[in-house]
Amino acid sequence: MSALPVTRREFLKVSAVAGGGLMIGINLGVTSTAEAAAAATGLENAWIKITPDDKITFVCHRNEMGQDVHTSLAMMLADELGVDPRKVTIVQAGSNPKLYINKLLGGQITGGSTSIRDAWEPVRMAGASARMMLVGAAATEWKVPVTECKAENGMIVHGTKKLSYGKLSTAAAKQPLPGSVILHSKSQMTVIGTNIQRLDGADKSRGKTVFGIDVKQPGMLYAAMQHSPVIGGKAVSVDSASAEKMAGVKKVVNIGDGVAVIADHYWTARKAADSLRVTWDDGPSAKVDTASVWATLDKAKDRPGFVAGKVGDVSGPLASGAVEATYSCQMLSHATLEPQNCTARVTKDGIDIWAPTQFPQGAEGTAAAVSGMKAEQIRIHPQFIGGGFGRKLENDFIAQAVAIAKAVPGVPVKLTWTRPEDMSHDFYRPPSLHVMKGVVKDGKVVAFASKMVSPSVTARAFPSVVKDGNDPFMTEGLVNFTYDVPNVELRSVIEEVGVRVGYWRSVSNALNAFATEGFMDELALSAKQDPLAFRLAMLNRMPAQKSALQTAADLSGYTATPIKGRAFGVASMECYDTHCAMICEVSDQGGKVKLEKITVVADAGLIVHPDQATAQLEGGIVTGLISALRSKITFKNGRVEQSNFHDFQLPRMTDVPPIQVAFIGNRDKPGGLGEVGVPLVAPCVANAVFNLTGKRIRALPLEDGGVTFA
Amino acid sequence: MPTTINLNGKAVSVDASPDTPMLWVLRDHLGMTGTKFGCGASLCGACTVHVDGVPTRSCVTPLSAIGNKKVTTIEGVSGKVAGAVQAAWDKVQVPQCGYCQSGQVMAATALLTKTPNPTDAQIDEAMSGNICRCGTYGRVRAAIKDASKSLGGKA
Repeated sequence: MSALPVTRREFLKVSAVAGGGLMIGINLGVTSTAEAAAAATGLENAWIKITPDDKITFVCHRNEMGQDVHTSLAMMLADELGVDPRKVTIVQAGSNPKLYINKLLGGQITGGSTSIRDAWEPVRMAGASARMMLVGAAATEWKVPVTECKAENGMIVHGTKKLSYGKLSTAAAKQPLPGSVILHSKSQMTVIGTNIQRLDGADKSRGKTVFGIDVKQPGMLYAAMQHSPVIGGKAVSVDSASAEKMAGVKKVVNIGDGVAVIADHYWTARKAADSLRVTWDDGPSAKVDTASVWATLDKAKDRPGFVAGKVGDVSGPLASGAVEATYSCQMLSHATLEPQNCTARVTKDGIDIWAPTQFPQGAEGTAAAVSGMKAEQIRIHPQFIGGGFGRKLENDFIAQAVAIAKAVPGVPVKLTWTRPEDMSHDFYRPPSLHVMKGVVKDGKVVAFASKMVSPSVTARAFPSVVKDGNDPFMTEGLVNFTYDVPNVELRSVIEEVGVRVGYWRSVSNALNAFATEGFMDELALSAKQDPLAFRLAMLNRMPAQKSALQTAADLSGYTATPIKGRAFGVASMECYDTHCAMICEVSDQGGKVKLEKITVVADAGLIVHPDQATAQLEGGIVTGLISALRSKITFKNGRVEQSNFHDFQLPRMTDVPPIQVAFIGNRDKPGGLGEVGVPLVAPCVANAVFNLTGKRIRALPLEDGGVTFA
Repeated sequence: MPTTINLNGKAVSVDASPDTPMLWVLRDHLGMTGTKFGCGASLCGACTVHVDGVPTRSCVTPLSAIGNKKVTTIEGVSGKVAGAVQAAWDKVQVPQCGYCQSGQVMAATALLTKTPNPTDAQIDEAMSGNICRCGTYGRVRAAIKDASKSLGGKA
């Protein structure tokens, strides 16, 4: 058993529900008028509400985009509350950053593989506090000691007496918040660690889930746009004569970065938007093309940059015969299957926003900035997200929807992008160059230096976070270097290239892992060692990492001497508080490379929902294959050259081999999992390709390097 | 002028221009948002419906092409095969974000209706037009095999 720090108690707040019931919420702290108003409406600041009809509501403060956060967090709550998580109703929280801040990221953000880790203590504590108050209420009612009462499956039980949580909820609200809360130890957990069906799963297989794009509001109109062909460009003049003649067209609105048509139906709006004749000022990025991007990064590679990690001194060893190589990762679109969309209604008093967003706080701030209204006048209604991957951390489509809806006050307007708009107006995964140097002596790495050169996402998105040339999201995959090497130097150089860049699932961990793990195989080769044994020998100070790698090798059937036409590739790293190792087996199919199997082993600490933890690694690997196989974004004259899934090819069923997932370890806290499956795919596939074909490909995607996947 | 179509077993009147893709007829004119918009170009399968039982990309199928054909959407798909598919989807826990899953379920139902005991190659052929950006492909395959088995197939 673990007693919680008392300070956490201040975080929780109990209130009575109007009409009866118990609400455990989060302490409002400063009570501004707006927060008091939010509190008065009941749910905005709650986590749990139990009403006399035995309805248990969990207001989930993180956004569901497939990563199972609704179910996993409800399981954490239910484990302490003593209820069946399948009986918990999930309500999606709106924007309230003071209450719903993700302390690991510093904002109300769903991302960074943090949701479970951040909520681990407070959500369970809210559940435990509610349970103890229900016990207190029952004990008072029955005039028995609280120690004799038990919580069981939504009931408080004493001998043969039973009362449901609902019946006790009004009396429980009058109980004081418990002075100290003892959370379940691992062996006491009855919900955490079990496999229940996802609470949102059945609806998703029946077309019933309402994603952002599915929102309906009374009297809603539809908007479609023509975007500036170059990101950052502006509409100078618009000839909308033919659009305005179309039946059903309500209004044409120039919002700067594009021109929108508002109409009674989407297809009308779409056709009308296509008919607009717009003169564009392409803006500052008009000359960007793929070659200029790489030339700019190449020129910056001799800059010293920021030192993200240093052990010993690499300069001596590197001066005498280093192995050197340059790696690079391509730009990528997020390509969420649900195109960007947002429904907005602007009145003189406030704005309602219905959107698929990973960042309700950002949506609120954006709507306020675009409209000139105050944050408390903005109501964000986050919806199910049809794929996030970092794209829906951005608020560009929310700003557009507000600007468009302002033209028709009081009327909700749904803006929906096309796929080509989505692909050509993304915040792309940054292009990255990695200058790698290493020295091997007596079969061991004695010096390792890595320098990543890339534009900075954080410098655009959260500029105040970047200090002294350090973008902390750029050094992911560097600062978590796992190998025991006596001299290490890890650097990052920020260099802007005129491309709008964004966080893409697993962010810089994927970029740096491709370079580090590919280069580690090159060093193993120069040391004439098997890549697996070479790595294991450098992991003695990190037993969990070593164990993950050894287990992956055992499960995959790895051998240093595979039969002709077969090969394995190895990769290993720690990220998001999780130790991960991956092994890819490939075969030669008449000159093409077939992925036979990918084995992944993770020590992700305590696993809340094992089946969906497995699903996250399976899906993470498929996301990793986007980067590894053939997808890329390129520019010509400032314009993205790809437009849809024929030229930005996502992995399909036939591209994905069987994936074996195993979890190991015995920690008592969860690690992150949402992004862990992604980074190791490209290096372990690249290493397997080298071992099969002798071709060392150091630039992604691998098919551009002269391999074809079967 | 309103057009009457046979949708999920009922005659439904739609007031949309004949060039309107069925996807938008369903989503906007009829408020049936279970069918999803992914690419608008028959490349991702998110908008898959059945037209006379054949899996069809509604994003490139204009209203004018429907005529007397029977249209079935995720909201209306039913019967033994669809039931087995959805039960298998639940059992295997296929969906993650879920956005592509209406299309996956429609494609899988059409496959198993025509080919009750599909080989892996037949599953590949029937399903490779449906993109799942979350990467649930392994579970889609497992669920199709599970559904086939529950329908009496050998898979």
